[in-house]
Amino acid sequence: MALLSFLFNSKPKTASAAKERLQIIIARERNGRNGHDFLPALHKELIEVISKYTKVNADDIKISLDRQGNLEVLDVNVVLPDA
Amino acid sequence: MAKIIVVTSGKGGVGKTTSSASFASGLAMRGHKTAVLDFDVGLRNLDLIMGCERRVVYDLINVVNKEATLTQALIKDKHCENLFILPASQTRDKDALTEEGVENVLNDLVKMDFEYIICDSPAGIERGAVMALTFADEAIVVTNPEVSSVRDSDRILGIIQAKSRRAQNGGEPVKEHLLITRYSAKRVDAGEMLSYTDVQDILRIPLVGIIPESESVLHASNQGNPAIHIKGSDVALAYEDVVSRFLGEELPLRFTSYEKPGFLHRIFGGK
Repeated sequence: MALLSFLFNSKPKTASAAKERLQIIIARERNGRNGHDFLPALHKELIEVISKYTKVNADDIKISLDRQGNLEVLDVNVVLPDA
Repeated sequence: MAKIIVVTSGKGGVGKTTSSASFASGLAMRGHKTAVLDFDVGLRNLDLIMGCERRVVYDLINVVNKEATLTQALIKDKHCENLFILPASQTRDKDALTEEGVENVLNDLVKMDFEYIICDSPAGIERGAVMALTFADEAIVVTNPEVSSVRDSDRILGIIQAKSRRAQNGGEPVKEHLLITRYSAKRVDAGEMLSYTDVQDILRIPLVGIIPESESVLHASNQGNPAIHIKGSDVALAYEDVVSRFLGEELPLRFTSYEKPGFLHRIFGGK
């Protein structure tokens, strides 16, 4: 195999890998600048609202934003303390 | 009506100054009164590329600080009657560029009847780069077909869309143009380099031109002549096309297809 590639001097085709990597990273970075900065504020307000009704620690509320295909999924996970 | 055009990229070394010099020269050669401004305070190089480094007396910061008038600071180009260069300061700090100061200089250039004002941006996304793009009507985003350059171009497009005066005032957005430089049709053909359609797919802005990778660019900068003056070179032709397209002509792309050299050519070789 090494001999073959030496004989035919085949260089790896890497451009497609470059395109794929760029598409993924740029989509992610564009999401970041299109105003998903609201997550920290949302987090803060959620704590305030939930605290009105029950005791909760800031660390027990986890928010994340994911992409599944064409859908964006906002995942809010609240762990209520033991009564 | 004067147009302010920023030549920017985010990443360094992709050809902003080379492109600014040739684009401004091309506009002037077609009879438009043009000024080209270096915003790279502390690392000026436009003067070298334009070949006027020994004639620099005053610079952009002197004009911003009102230590010199625009007429004193503008350097007349050695090739074109109606092209003027405003160099950046080599000694001052970038903080010397205030938004108000830059706006005053640009307004004064408009009053002097300049039709095109080209702002050669420094690399990066710091003050100098932001000042260069703040007042732009149009932007030429210089990109190499290479991952870090494409990513940085996308980043700078985001900054144009957020921080330019046009974006802040909610007016018509800055018109964006993609300029791909250092393009090798041969390497694209071999699957080793992103094609211009790949880059366009990712950045999604209209293409104003493709400048092929070429030895002429180094010859041009060695001599302090903008590459568009290297008669008959592929780079000069490509920059001519960029100017034509910018002025509204529709032209087919050149230097985008690679013909494999024939058998005899491979044996006897050319250059």
